[in-house]
Amino acid sequence: MNSRLFPVVVLFLVTAFLIGPFFIIVAASVSGGETLAFPPQGLSLKWVAKVFQVESFRESFAMSMLLAIGGTGAALVLGIPASYALSRYRLPFGETIRTVVALPIIVPGIIVGLALLRYLVVPFRFNITLALFLAHTALVLPYAVRVVSASLNNLRSDIEEAAVLLGSSRAGAFFRVVMPNIRSGILAAFILGFVTSFNQVPVSLFLSGPGVRTLPIDMLSYMEITYDPSVAALSALLAFMSIGIVFIAERFLGFSRYV
Amino acid sequence: MSNTAFLSLEKLTLAYGDTVAVKDLDLSIRQGELVAFLGPSGCGKTTTMRSIAGLLRPQSGRISLDGADITRVAANKRSVGLVFQSYALFPHLTVFENVAFGLRLKGLSGTELESRVDAGLKSVGLTSFAARKPAELSGGQQQRVALARSMVMEPKVLLLDEPLSNLDARLRLEMRAELQRVQKETGVTMIFVTHDQGEALSLADRIVVMLNGAIEQIGTPEDIYNRPASAFVADFVGFENIFAIENGRLRAGNGPIELAMPLPHDAAGLAWRPRMVTLGSGPFQGTVRGAAFSGSTREYLLDTPLGALKAEVDAAAPAHSAGTTLAFDLPVEKAAKLERFN
Ligand SMILES: Nc1ncnc2c1ncn2[C@@H]1O[C@H](COP(=O)(O)OP(=O)(O)OP(=O)(O)O)[C@@H](O)[C@H]1O
Ligand SMILES: [Mg+2]
Repeated sequence: MNSRLFPVVVLFLVTAFLIGPFFIIVAASVSGGETLAFPPQGLSLKWVAKVFQVESFRESFAMSMLLAIGGTGAALVLGIPASYALSRYRLPFGETIRTVVALPIIVPGIIVGLALLRYLVVPFRFNITLALFLAHTALVLPYAVRVVSASLNNLRSDIEEAAVLLGSSRAGAFFRVVMPNIRSGILAAFILGFVTSFNQVPVSLFLSGPGVRTLPIDMLSYMEITYDPSVAALSALLAFMSIGIVFIAERFLGFSRYV
Repeated sequence: MSNTAFLSLEKLTLAYGDTVAVKDLDLSIRQGELVAFLGPSGCGKTTTMRSIAGLLRPQSGRISLDGADITRVAANKRSVGLVFQSYALFPHLTVFENVAFGLRLKGLSGTELESRVDAGLKSVGLTSFAARKPAELSGGQQQRVALARSMVMEPKVLLLDEPLSNLDARLRLEMRAELQRVQKETGVTMIFVTHDQGEALSLADRIVVMLNGAIEQIGTPEDIYNRPASAFVADFVGFENIFAIENGRLRAGNGPIELAMPLPHDAAGLAWRPRMVTLGSGPFQGTVRGAAFSGSTREYLLDTPLGALKAEVDAAAPAHSAGTTLAFDLPVEKAAKLERFN
């Protein structure tokens, strides 16, 4: 094969592989048929409409939203000071801490979920919602630290000293001159964390109970019973939501700089 | 300008971990003085400044300002201003808000705040830039904002760390004049750091020459320029022919040299600027190794029994080519007498 053509073909195939499923899902979700199928049979929005009528979807959507917003918020509350300390102070074991913070990216979610279930929820009758919240916070923390650290490292540290010499306290300097300058980094971390948490399956898989279920898990169990295109419709809606968020973020923040 | 110390450092020792950056430094500065810290890279100029500002805790020693011991006073309570070499402007705030930052913290607002900020901006000629962000300013303009931001706080001492080193040559001269004017107008006590001896000589009331974390010499520009105390200072201010005295003789490359005149007993060395060397007559012989013409002067590099020597004469004098042997003299009465040879 032409050596110039080869990379182009590979690029095309990879791209198709990445976005192909998205088109299949969208197509399947506007199907008029009764079962999940591709190519779609006829054209109809009835499955999209059905998504909004399934009560468990509404509940698990609220749950997932709550986890994504709460977990990411908590991860930022922990992650911002942690990033600050890591980037501004020469800490003993600084590198070790950085590695430990990044662990949830490396450790398979399924292990985290199983461990939480086996050693926290079961023996101590630990509240499942709380366990989910902790798991999602831990899951998002590395991303929060990564993204916030990147924007802190781009910010000169002498502006804090300048603020102090103009009469501000150390803490005041952080809120007056550091926070405003890493705001877009924080927002980018929030979006990345939100999307990561919202789409999370393995950790949440073990942590579900009566009335407590995240949306992706709920979709899995829905599909085990009812094999209709509404799951595809829901997936498509969620994909559009994620794309919308990232698009807005890219537009206003230059999101890709941070990720 | 009163004669009592306004700012004084006593036995100040500063260290980063195990590295001692400044050792047992004593210095006292009068109110309204304009002092330059001059010295090579790494000699502890920035470190000393940061400790005066309160950004660095001394290992030992005392700092007092305006009659009060401020050694343990927090940086935000010292009334010491610092203009950073990198300006350290707040990127998210406009020029106006940068200058207003400290005043707001003092509780000023409304028309009083506005008039103070406006006056500050006016004094550095940036009134029309008030609404811009720092990123939209040139280096010189950013420097002025940094200066105004510190000056509106009416600090007791204003410290400037290499305020001119990031500017191009023309702007540097302009800012030099500006600094001098601001200092004269406000009478603020000012210390600035520089690598550039010309800057120190032309601006400062007094120069503090530092080396290896200690003060090498303190004096007026005339003192430093004409009467360097050590070989290091002499070299720094352009004495290019520097010799140690050993057993009453000049130490030289090929063994000690007798000069016609008796050497001063109390000196550890003698130093001559190229200008001070008498060329064309005298008891010594040297061979021209190189010559450089600079318009108004000619500079010769001579191989002599003393080693290499630099001599400078008016360009009007006849030129000598390489290889010529010339008579020369080192007049002892013109030489700078060095107290220390290092
Ligand atoms: N943060 C630091 N940690 C460790 N050592 C430092 C630190 N800052 C400075 N030093 C050391 O302390 C000494 C004095 O440094 P300082 O910055 O005061 O020098 P300086 O005179 O300002 O030099 P320059 O003209 O290059 O700015 C140097 O030997 C330097 O290596
Ligand atoms: Mg320095």
